[in-house]
Amino acid sequence: MEYILMIIGAIFVNNILLAQFLGTCPFMGVSNKLSTAAGMGVAVVFVITLATIVTTVVQNYILVPLNITFLQTISFILIIAALVQMVEIILKKISPSLYQALGIFLPLITTNCAVLGIAILVTQKNFSIIDSTLFAMFSAIGFALAIIIFAGIREQMDLVDIPKGMKGIPIALITAGILAMAFMGFANLV
Amino acid sequence: MNKLNLITRGIIKENPTLILVLGLCPSLAVTTSAINGIGMGLATTFVLICSNTLISMLKSVIPNKVRIPCFIVVIATFVSIVDLLIQGYVPALAASLGLFIPLIVVNCIVLGRAEAFASKNSIFDSLLDGIGMGLGFTFALFLIGSVREILGSGSIFNFKFMENTELLLFVLAPGAFIVMGFIIAAVRLFQTK
Repeated sequence: MEYILMIIGAIFVNNILLAQFLGTCPFMGVSNKLSTAAGMGVAVVFVITLATIVTTVVQNYILVPLNITFLQTISFILIIAALVQMVEIILKKISPSLYQALGIFLPLITTNCAVLGIAILVTQKNFSIIDSTLFAMFSAIGFALAIIIFAGIREQMDLVDIPKGMKGIPIALITAGILAMAFMGFANLV
Repeated sequence: MNKLNLITRGIIKENPTLILVLGLCPSLAVTTSAINGIGMGLATTFVLICSNTLISMLKSVIPNKVRIPCFIVVIATFVSIVDLLIQGYVPALAASLGLFIPLIVVNCIVLGRAEAFASKNSIFDSLLDGIGMGLGFTFALFLIGSVREILGSGSIFNFKFMENTELLLFVLAPGAFIVMGFIIAAVRLFQTK
């Protein structure tokens, strides 16, 4: 039961994109087409889950015992950058088809603040390693869900006549605002 | 004149938030009030100035192939310094900005200026560019923050001047997207005229 609450909380109530604003840059950047948005969503779920496992282990077994938690930001960002590179190289060797689908999104993910954001967030919440992994995975699924819904809306929006100054980013931001309002409807669920 | 241009360019013509639309996450997340916007803006400005200057100094030492990781380490160092300073001296600001201070590391403006400007230009020019871009970012955050604070809580800099007209929505998440959308649309209309 506890886990079900955590899952609903992470995906809908505290959606990392629409309620906490983590990863807004790729959200605006790659949500023009449904297929690219889906690719980005899957890549983000994959990288966030993996990165959180590694950073939680590093935090619990290296940074805290040695009392050097002030190095958290530097070490986490280096771990994430290295991890993304490694995932890219491994995917290229093992599964070229998956690499084709996700490859172009991977370099973008290093500067996706959702990855670093969730890694830091779980250390603040004092979760166990299993809990952090689950929390990270479902938060990332929330990200994927939001970006896929949003891409679907934007695809439809191409067909609409929009006032000149509003075209592109401004109307996308306002649409995201309305989508965020819809997600606020989940607020008292947990 | 040319040097002055480096500063004003970041504030007006190439404003990182309002024109180039970079660094969206902090501009949406921390701008619940004008003072939060200014705090975040100044923290980012400090990081931008320091990282631009240092990267410009090191540009001939850093090998081209590993430049991005090197830039990230430099930026992360200054972000950690800012983080600890804010926690130590302005704990109230640290509480309201929270997670978004360490996240300055992944702000595309900082890495973007390092890559596009500081790694190619002289130390003094990079310093000026950092000041300009930082002030432009601070101004944009202040603008978004004050609009949200006026509409959402009927006050400015915590000074309340309207009663019973608060639209709570503007302090919450959807308001951030909507206010920023309208501000960017207004800026674009202004530009085309």
